[in-house]
Parts: sequence; C-alpha cells; structure tokens
Amino acid sequence: MNPITTLLIANRGEISCRISRTARDMGIRTVAVYVEADTAALHVKQADDAVLLAGGSYLDGAAVLAACEATGANAVHPGYGFLSENAGFAQSVLDAGLIWVGPPPAAVAAMGDKLAAKRLAVTAGVPTLPSSDDPTNADSVGYPLLVKAAAGGGGKGMRVVNAPDELADAVAAAQREALSGFGDSRVFLERYVARSRHVEIQILGDTHGTVVHLGERECSIQRRHQKVIEESPSPVVDATMRAEMGAAAIALAEQLGYYSAGTVEFLVDDAPDASGRRPFWFLEVNTRLQVEHPVTELVTGLNLVREQLLVAMGMPLGFGQNSVVFTGHAIEARLYAEDAVAGFLPATGTLHAFEPATTPTVRWDSGVEAGSIVTTNFDPMLAKVIAHGPTRADAALRLALALERTHIAGVTTNRDVLVSTLRHTAFLAGDTTTDFFERHDPDRSRPLAHDTKRRAGIGAALWLQGNNRADAPVLNQLTTGWRNSRMPDQKTTFAIDDEEVTVSYHARRDGSFLVDGTTVTRLISWTPGGVDAEVGGRRIRARITATGDRLVVNDGAGDIDLRVVPRFSLPGDTPTPGGLTAPMPGRVLNVLIEVGDSVTRGQVLMILEAMKMEHRITAPADGVVMSIPAVSGDQVQLGAVLVTLAVRTSG
Amino acid sequence: MIQAVSVPALLAPLITSLVDVRSPQFASNTTEVLAMLAEIDVLLDTAAAGGGPKSHARLAERGKLPVRERIALVLDPDSPFLEVSGLAAFDSDYTVGGGCVVGIGVVAGVECVIFAFDPSVLGGAMTPYVVKKWMRAIEISRDNRLPYISFVESAGADLRKGDDESSSGRRAAKTDHFAESGRFFYEMTELSKLGIPSVCVVFGSSTAGGAYQPGLSDYNIFIKEQSKVFLAGPPLVKMATGEDSDDESLGGAQMHAEVSGLADYLADDEHDALRLCREVVSHLNWRKHGASPTLRADEPVYDNQELLGLIGRDLRVPVDVREVIARVVDGSRFEEFKPRFGTTMVTGWASLHGYPIGIVGNNGTIFPDAAQKAAHFIQLCNQQDIPLVFLQNITGFMVGKEYERDGIIKKGSQMVNAVSNSTVPHLTIIVGSSYGAGTYGMSGRAFGNRFTFIWPQSKIAVMGPKQIAGVMSIVRRAQAARAGIPFDEDADRRTVERAESEQEAGSLALQATGAISDDGIIDPRDTRAVLGLCLSIVHNRAVRGAEGFGVFRL
Repeated sequence: MNPITTLLIANRGEISCRISRTARDMGIRTVAVYVEADTAALHVKQADDAVLLAGGSYLDGAAVLAACEATGANAVHPGYGFLSENAGFAQSVLDAGLIWVGPPPAAVAAMGDKLAAKRLAVTAGVPTLPSSDDPTNADSVGYPLLVKAAAGGGGKGMRVVNAPDELADAVAAAQREALSGFGDSRVFLERYVARSRHVEIQILGDTHGTVVHLGERECSIQRRHQKVIEESPSPVVDATMRAEMGAAAIALAEQLGYYSAGTVEFLVDDAPDASGRRPFWFLEVNTRLQVEHPVTELVTGLNLVREQLLVAMGMPLGFGQNSVVFTGHAIEARLYAEDAVAGFLPATGTLHAFEPATTPTVRWDSGVEAGSIVTTNFDPMLAKVIAHGPTRADAALRLALALERTHIAGVTTNRDVLVSTLRHTAFLAGDTTTDFFERHDPDRSRPLAHDTKRRAGIGAALWLQGNNRADAPVLNQLTTGWRNSRMPDQKTTFAIDDEEVTVSYHARRDGSFLVDGTTVTRLISWTPGGVDAEVGGRRIRARITATGDRLVVNDGAGDIDLRVVPRFSLPGDTPTPGGLTAPMPGRVLNVLIEVGDSVTRGQVLMILEAMKMEHRITAPADGVVMSIPAVSGDQVQLGAVLVTLAVRTSG
Repeated sequence: MIQAVSVPALLAPLITSLVDVRSPQFASNTTEVLAMLAEIDVLLDTAAAGGGPKSHARLAERGKLPVRERIALVLDPDSPFLEVSGLAAFDSDYTVGGGCVVGIGVVAGVECVIFAFDPSVLGGAMTPYVVKKWMRAIEISRDNRLPYISFVESAGADLRKGDDESSSGRRAAKTDHFAESGRFFYEMTELSKLGIPSVCVVFGSSTAGGAYQPGLSDYNIFIKEQSKVFLAGPPLVKMATGEDSDDESLGGAQMHAEVSGLADYLADDEHDALRLCREVVSHLNWRKHGASPTLRADEPVYDNQELLGLIGRDLRVPVDVREVIARVVDGSRFEEFKPRFGTTMVTGWASLHGYPIGIVGNNGTIFPDAAQKAAHFIQLCNQQDIPLVFLQNITGFMVGKEYERDGIIKKGSQMVNAVSNSTVPHLTIIVGSSYGAGTYGMSGRAFGNRFTFIWPQSKIAVMGPKQIAGVMSIVRRAQAARAGIPFDEDADRRTVERAESEQEAGSLALQATGAISDDGIIDPRDTRAVLGLCLSIVHNRAVRGAEGFGVFRL
C-alpha cells in the first residue's frame, strides 16, 4: 500500500468540498486550488491548505503540479470536469511520482474520444446507436438525429436535427460551441431516440483486477441536455435488466483494464419491445466520479470517494459483486443558479442567504454558503440535495419538502421546478424520460395564490416595521407608528410576481395590529431574521432576508420574492422604452443589425454567448433600430440594454 | 432599539402602589374616563374628516392628497406622530381641528414640526384658529429648536369674519385675527436667524400675505401646475395696473423655479414634492444639542391601563400623585425629595424613556411649606440641567388666617419665581383640577412651559365651580345687606345652581383644548408615551438650567 498523506483536489465547488470531507475523515490532509474569482469560496475554506492558480484556470495542469510540489501533496483527485478526463494530465501526475486518484490514463484517453469509445463498445459486444463520424453524411443515421461533440459532455455542443436542411447550421453551431468549450471542434451524428431514458451503470474496480458494478442511476430528468434529477434504482430497471447492463459495463471495463470509479452511460428506449424488454444502447464511458454519485452511495452504503482513494493507494476492493446490496431508493436534485421561468437561463448574484433545511434529514453536498458570489465563470450548480428512503415516493417527497423549506436569497434558483417535478404525479409514477419537461411541463415557479402573497406581504410588512423601529435614530422607545389622532394607516406595497400587494396597518393599544382594516394580526416575535405572526388566527413563521428593495420570504412552503414598491418614485426609474435587454449576463458574440435598419418580428438582432451557449436576441415586433448600446465583444450584465427599437405600430 | 441591560438604572426605590385597583370606585372611575375618551374619539374622527367627504372628493378629482395623507407620506414609516391641538375649535362655529394640522413627527430621522393647511376646510382659509395653531407651531419649533415644515395651501384671509350668516352668537372666537397673523413674518425670520431651518411645500395657492410663507422659508418646494404664489392674482393686477395675466405666468411653479427663483425645487406632483421635502430634511445635518437618554428605560412595573381608574369625574376625591408617577416613569422608580416636609407637594427624581427628570406633583392644596419645597426642588433641577415634569391636580394656594400669617403670599411667590425663572424644559400634564394661581404656579401654559397636555377628566378654571358660585352668592348677599334689600333665597339658589353648572361646563377639558389653551387632551394611558416624545423633542435644544445664584435653601 502506498498511503496518501496529502491530497490535492484539482477542482472547486461542491465536489472539492465533498472530497475534502471524506479525505479528512480518512486522516488525509487536503489542499485546495483556486482562481482569483474563488478567493473567498467555500472549497478553499474547507481545505487544510490552498494554492492560487495564478494563471486563472482550473485547467492549468502545470500549475496544479506546481501546487503539489509546493504543498507536499502526494496525490491528486481531479473531481469531475476540468482536468478529470484529461489523460495527458493524468499521465503527468504519475510521471511526477504522484498518485492519480482515477482510472489508468490509457483508459481515460480511450474513452475521451466518443468515436473511439463507440468502436470499443462494438468490439465488447455492447449495443450502440447508428452513427456517422462524418457530420455531412447522415445517410446511415436517419432523422431525427443528434449532433454531438466528440470531446463533449454536459450537453454542450449538442444539437437535435429533425430534417436534412437544418443539418449544416446545427453542425456549424455545435462545432463553435465544441471549440470554445473543449478546444476540439470535431462532432459526429447519432440516431436520436425521441422518448428515451438516460440510465448509467456505476462501475468500481481496483488495481488487482476486480471490477464490480454498483447498479444503475437514472438521470432522465434533464433540461437543456443537462441532468437535473437523478435516482437509483431506475423505475424501469429490474434485476434482469440490471444484470444485463451491469455485465455489459463490466465487459467494457475489463477490456479497458479499468480501475477506480467510472460510469457507463446507456440510452434506454422508453417504449418496451414485443417481449416487454426496453432496448438499451451504449452512449459513452465517463472515466471519473460522476456528479450524481451520491445516489449510488446512499443505496449501496459505499463511499465512492473513499473507495477511489483506497484503490489509488493500491488496496484491493475487498468485496465482490455478490456483496453489493441495494437498499431503498435515493434521489438527487441539482440545485442550480438559474431562472427556470426564463428558459433555465443561468442566474448570478450574491447568495445573501443560503440555509439548507435541516429537517427532514437529507444529504446536502453544497459548494456555496451565505455570502458566496455566483458568477457565470463556472458551472451554475450550487448544491446537490439527496434524499434516501425505503420507497421512491418516500425519497421524492422528503427531497421536495427539504427543498421548499430551504431559504435562499439573492440568486434565482431552479428550486421551485425541482419541487414541482418531485411531486408531479407523472414523476411519482416513474414516467421519467429525457423529454419530461417538454411533456409534463411541471410548474417552473411556485404557484402563488393571492392569499399566500397577501400573507407573505403581511409578514414582510410587519418585519420591515420592526426593522424601521430598530433602526430609528430618535423616539425608538415609542410604540410603532404611535399616534394621538387619526392618521392614515402605515402602507407598504410589494410587487410579487406581476401583482401588487398593499398591506396597510396600524398598531393598536393592546399591541396587536389591525391589517387592511379587517385582519387582527399579532406579532408574536420579530428578529433580524424574520417574523412569527398570527394573521387572522393563522400563523406565519417567515424567515426573511432583505437586500436593498428585495425581500425573500420563506413561509415554510418555499421562498417568495417580494420587491418593495418605493413610496416615492425617483426620477429616471422608468425603463428605456423599446429597449431589448440582456436575458442573462454574457458576452456579445455578434451584432447582426445596424442603426436605422428595419427589422421584422422574430428577426435575430444579436447573438449573446453565456455559459458557452449561444442565445439569440430577437425583435419582439416589427420596427426600426434606434440605437445599439452594446458592441461585439462586450461583456454585459443581466438587464443591460442591448438594442433599442422604435416599434412600428400597424395601420 | 431596546437599550442594553447594562445601561444603569436610576438608583431610586420602587413606588409601592397602595390603590385598590379592584375597588368599585376604581371601576367606576375607569368607566367614566372611557366614556369621555369615547366622546373624544368621535371628535377626533370629525376633525380628521376636515371639510367632509364632498370637499375631499373635489380635491381628489384634482389629484390632491388629503392633508393627513400628505403628512403620513412625509413621515418616516412606523415613526410616531404627536398631533398638537387636534380638537381646536371644539364647541365653536368652526370645524373641529381648526382647519389645519399641527404636529411633531420624524422626517428622515429628524424630529420636525409640521404645520399643514387643510384645504378641505374653507379652502385653507386663515381662520383665527388656524392662526393660533400656526403661531403655536412656530413657537414649538423655536423653543425646542425643531426644523419647521409647512404645507401651504390657503385661500387666504377668512373674509367671512363678521358675516352674520356664518359666524354669530356668543361662541364666535374672539381672538384677533389680522394683527396676530402678521406676526408670522417676524417669527419666520427669527427661526431662520436662530438656525432653525424652515421647509415650505406649496401645494396650492399661497397669495398676498400668504405668499411670504415661501418668501420667508429657507427651502421652497413648488409643484408643477399646482403651486400658485403671487402678491396679487390676475383680477387684482388687472384692477391695479390694467395688465392682463394668468395664474401660471403670474405665479406658477415653473415660473418661480425658472424665472423668479422663489422656488428651489420643482416637483412633478404631490408625491414628488414630499420626496423632495424628505431629501431636504435629510441634508440638514441635524444634530440634537441636548443629551441622548442615559438611563435604563424599562417599562413601569404597574399596568398603564390602571391610569384610567385613578381619577374619575369627581375631582374632589383625593388621589396620591405617586400612583400616577408609578405608572409613568421608568421601572416605577422614584427618588423622593423631602418626603416628610410640605407633604401636599410631591417632588423627586425619576427617569422616563431613559431621560432624567424632576417631578413636581400635587397632593392637595399648596401650603406655604409645600411652595417652598417646590421652589427649592426646582432650583436643584436647574443646577443639574434636569427637565421638569409638572403633574397638576391643584385647587390653588391655601387660604386662611394661619396661612396668611405663615406667608403664603411670600412663599407662594418664591415658588412662582422659581418656576418662572427656571430655564430647564417644563412639561406639564394636568391630570385633575387646575384652578387659580395653582394653574400658573404649577408651570401652566402662561409660564412658558414647552408643552401642556391634559387628561380628559381635568378641569381648568380660575376656581372650582362651587367656589365661584358660592363666592358670588356671598357677594350678592352682602350687597343686599348693604342696600337694606331683603335677600331672595330662592332666586339665589337658582342663580347658584345655574352659575355652578355654567362654570362646570366652561372648565371642562374640551373647552380648554378647544380654545387652544393647551396642546391637547391625551388618553391617560398615553402619558408615558407623550412625555417620552416631549422629552426627546426638548433635547433638540441644549438643556441648561438657570445660572447666577446658588441654591437658596428655603
């Protein structure tokens, strides 16, 4: 055995934190690396030592090796993404005499090229989808098809093509994204299965020739080709199918001489064939720890990072396939900084509050904390929340409850759509295909009844009232809003969604408030963090975070965003008329119009690049371009005016 | 913010309450006072309604906010507002409230006096009540060093005065209107000289003499197409010079903002004007010259609800003023001075909302020794710059041979002298009787106190109704005897009864407050809040006692 004493984690965010925790439990000192933007990041705080990557990139392998040297780290764990599937880097770690916590570099290299991987699968007798390495020739594939980046992952550089005339454009766009995302513009074509499930097998091997599979994970719930909810076991995989897929995965792994953790991904047709069996095809092998590995950990009771570290130290697994037992059901939800309502666009900001619910008990693998700044520099995933339960429904409901009890302020997240998905009858019925969102369209934001908004408004108004009294520079001993004559009620107006909710109130001699002239409300307690109030006989216990004129109120059933409508409007508050604003922070890639151009509704005016994806700014109506404040190459913030249009009124 | 517990409390013992709060007397007192408060509630509603719904509807049509909405908007949210003389003009031919609102409120963290015309009442005409409240507003601003905010919208002089149809009978106010209203020119410039800023928001017309309100203010905010300020309107100009003009070109907001320079800020609308007003106050760099609270400001240990049961309608029933003090001061702590001497006067130290105070309270008629004790105590408070709170329940100075020989005039004068020349702020609460020289001696309105608030059951007169009626009867009897005319006992009894009931009615708290001879009737339960507000207000100016001599031990 070659012990790891100091482990450098060449990653950031939740996975760095997660690896750090296990390493420390195993008595291993940890070293984090970080770039300038992550100076105050949680993963840096959680490690024993940390080194700045002066070049500013987590992809800078040389800097990582230098950090190992500087800190005395004798092993490198790459996490996922970044350098994790860079065979050259893996080899350089080994060449430096360090321990590489991962599969053999040759296996990484072989699987890194999806085209080569597919060929290897064919050799191993694993079923594959019809495909073409020549992106101009779709004859052997047929439509609909998928354009995929050869070096890709995470949905980047992927395009669905329904008809031959769309092919050239899609290939060009995919190549651009692939080049900017992976530095490799090669793409290939593959049969597109309309209604499919994404099922993957977790494999684990040691350096002594043992490879086991740890069952499957279903990761079908996706948006923008990226996984959102993952679970184990899959609702459609039975013991027979599991054994079949497991055997295929092990066959492939053995052919690769694989060790450490890895994942073999399959596409499963949702429609069973005549024999009632769902066909599956090999997609690719991920030669790293997967984001969604915790669901496997919860159903198998294994700690995959611990196993990886032990394998890297040269230890045998110590158990065989027969010892792998699956208990209950686990579901993971990925909490993203993104605006589900606005088409899942990445969101940014400062997390003014991040308070994971502690009950019901679920596992939180978080990479952020209150105060963390979320930028578009990195993947927008804030945390993974994983629930385990005896049944699938237990896990789903427990996870949904924990998510809605969680208080998050400052950054828009996909939490609401996660909750509505987990409670959706179709989800609970196991109808989880990759087009789940398109087919079932779960609520992307929490539906708020007027009464819910009003109660949140009352809680918020009384909380602000308490703030006002606490901050009063004079006369702070007086009862709130004290009067000795008839004066109008105190009024606070909030914008909640598109509705304005005005709360009017006055304090009464007995200490209660009369709200809106009708509702007796008792303020049971006020703290800087929220209120407990009895509104017309019903309690609202609200955790509240305020930033400027924004309030986030968690009433126990999720967070509600409120904007305080100011008593007085300031000059210059009115938005630019006809202005088209950036739907997300990003970089202006291409300006397709000039001032004075006549444009038609739907015409593409500008292309914005953010999160390595292209977004088109289109004309909302026919009109004339009046000004173009943004120029090509500009880095723009959310809401920045890009183009102003004089809209042509018909007739 | 609640004070930290580490703030030291005044080292004074807890007052032990001896009153039986379960007694029938206590219950009936409470019932009586609540009935009076219910009557006052109705009057407050009437005052708030101003010129009535029709008048308000007309103003609303022109996009104008009711005067109380304007005030509510300019105040800091959830901050307190102390209205002054809210029931002015009670029992007169004028609208209750007197056609304007005066109060002290917090604007951008600064305690300010607000004087606002109510355009729903006679178009904001300057009635005698408006003028008296207005002068009181400026007085509060000057004496306590509070920024002065005025919301001007006035039709000008009340030209109906003397018109038999609208104003007649004995209830017509007698206050001279024209001479007094001219006083404001002087008062406004004096405020400015004293470094007390004045902010004038012109909501409508402010013409002729009224035009000098913005003219003499430090800051003026005019509203587009709404403010109209000129010495003479178009008809008068036409008559005077033959010139044709219109409101906007003659005195519109835009003209004053761009051409004459009378307006410093041009607001888009009323909301905008109130925003600007808050901004102006915010930039005043206001610092109170008095000290901040220094002592522990815990609530009294006795329920303030019990203040309702201490004194009922019948003021002859004695009450220990310590029972009032116990329900008003911080932690019910009171360190009594000379408790065994001159026992009809209660003097001592306490704190209220954390401010140190000296209290002078009555436990009956002022005897010579009681007067000397008060004079001594007032000197001590002046030595240490401690504000004084007077709790009046006083039938007067003691009369009779023994007391004349004991020098009641001389010793009473010592007290009057001490009260008059005391320079620490005086706050007076009339909780019961306020008769005769006692009214003055206990730092009544005439003695330049900072504030006078009265309880609803209190009575203010030269002497008690029974005494007045009885004295008059004795005088008549003596006149009859001198003239040798037989005395008509029946007629005298009727006269005495009538005189007594007239005097009684005239001495009621509502009459006093209607005549603006105090700052308003308060709910007894609000005594602590009102005193706390006033103490904070008076500390805008430095609290400094009289200098020149040491303490005379009297």
